[in-house]
Amino acid sequence: MSKAYSSHTEKIDVEYVAHLARIKLNEEERERFQAQLEEILGYVDQLKTLNVEGVDPMAHPFPIQNVFREDKTCPSLDHEVAMKNAPQKRNGHFMVPKIVE
Amino acid sequence: MNYKVTIGLETHVQLKTNTKVWCSCANVYGHPPNTDICLICLGYPGSLPVLNKEAVRLTVMTGLMLGCNINTYSKFDRKSYFYPDMPKNYQISQYDKPFCEGGGVEIDVDGDRKRVSLTRIHLEEDVGKNIHHESASLIDFNRAGTPLMEIVTEPDMESADEVFAYLLALKQILTYGAVSDCNLEQGNIRCDVNCSVRPADQKELGTKTEIKNMNTFKGVYRALKHEIQRQIDVVEKGGVIHQEARRWDDLAGVTTAMRPKEYAHDYRYLPDPDLMSVVLSDEQVSKWREALPELPAARRSRLVAEYNIPEYDAKVLAADKAIADYYEEAARLSDHPKVVSNWIMTEVLRALSEHDRGIQQIKISPQYLVDLVKLVDDKTINMPSAKEVFNQMFETGENPSTIVEHKGLVQVSDTDAIDALIVQVLEEHPQSVGDYRNGKKNAAQFLVGQVMRLSKGKANPQIAMEAIQKKLNS
Repeated sequence: MSKAYSSHTEKIDVEYVAHLARIKLNEEERERFQAQLEEILGYVDQLKTLNVEGVDPMAHPFPIQNVFREDKTCPSLDHEVAMKNAPQKRNGHFMVPKIVE
Repeated sequence: MNYKVTIGLETHVQLKTNTKVWCSCANVYGHPPNTDICLICLGYPGSLPVLNKEAVRLTVMTGLMLGCNINTYSKFDRKSYFYPDMPKNYQISQYDKPFCEGGGVEIDVDGDRKRVSLTRIHLEEDVGKNIHHESASLIDFNRAGTPLMEIVTEPDMESADEVFAYLLALKQILTYGAVSDCNLEQGNIRCDVNCSVRPADQKELGTKTEIKNMNTFKGVYRALKHEIQRQIDVVEKGGVIHQEARRWDDLAGVTTAMRPKEYAHDYRYLPDPDLMSVVLSDEQVSKWREALPELPAARRSRLVAEYNIPEYDAKVLAADKAIADYYEEAARLSDHPKVVSNWIMTEVLRALSEHDRGIQQIKISPQYLVDLVKLVDDKTINMPSAKEVFNQMFETGENPSTIVEHKGLVQVSDTDAIDALIVQVLEEHPQSVGDYRNGKKNAAQFLVGQVMRLSKGKANPQIAMEAIQKKLNS
């Protein structure tokens, strides 16, 4: 893959990013993603050179605001349906490996 | 050495809405586990949150009550972390554009008044509830998605007492505003406490620790007392305070460090693309401002002005909105608002606390309480009888006149009848009569007591006293 954008100056810690996403990478993937992610960051660096003076930051591409819901209850899922995808359950609860406390 | 203490609080308050913040599941406590859940609060891929308007109103109302600036533009952000009680692996919160900024809470510690400044109030979602077992953890998502308001203070407090006063004042205001049920047993209010100490002559703050997830005010108070002393001890011994999260062990009465793994997160806030931003018009905010309820401080002043009761009384009565309401209902019916206040501050509050009841459960109607006050005022019954009548009213809610009649408690103020009793008492207690005449004036108290005994508590003690003194002095 040709590099369309200049590489990011800092080295990205792919191992850390993978940990944040809770995914395991093998050696080949680490190298591939390293290059790809740095290319993305290079693109972002390029964006940073644009003059955005007088442009308000936006949190959303759509110019829509104030989408509200009235405070009225609707039936929830049946308990059995809600629990159907749970790999493990006990006494009406979702069961997970013991959380460190 | 003298130390200065610096404390800031992050208080989470569950809002009193019918539904959750992003979906139409019921926002209630105590339902069977995982029965108030749907695709949205379970974080299913493709499900879309829609903001509950009432949650916005309650958050902004709180901001207005606490004197905050209301941001006309607000938005929601994702706070990423992995924990099983958070099904989306991010919590929707507000990062840089919360609904409210600034503001403050007035506190009073033994007459010392100060204002605790607020940094901000933002709206977010509560997470599910974990139950930890030996081998596994169980999760109930009913609570996930409950609208949760986070009220953040500046590091403005300097003692556990100030923090306690802040929490009480905050709870009072939130209750007056009907923003939250503020039920601590149900976890409606929880807080994280940031605390540091430094030598009194040092300018820069010491390293802080954060005590996580406190759910009782007394617990916060005790935890702080302990944590402040612990930090001072460490510094005294030349040690270093580590910036860390700590947990309060209520049974052992100590704070212990949590494992770094449990709280070291990289939240990576980003705007939530599923939610549109909120733009509040000035008209909308003014409308809410006009609808603000009377707050505790205003109520205290009004009680003093309107019913001519001391500030102390107003403070006790206004501490609980429902008590103040009860008082006002009674005071309006009575010619003696101060006497009504006395009855509520002593007998009513005592009886409620003895029976572990709230004023909402009281059987005595305000009218009957006023009637009881009147029976004492017009000398139909004396004070000891009134207390007896009160206790029965508290049990049954009966009309006090009926009780007085049934128990035959009408006070005897007839001087002839009392004189007859006095003659008998004086004959039976020549010793006391002698004492009195030899200058031991309090012997008269004993003789009045004997008259009361003979009358089965029904004699008017003032009249008896006057008559005894008259007889012995002649």
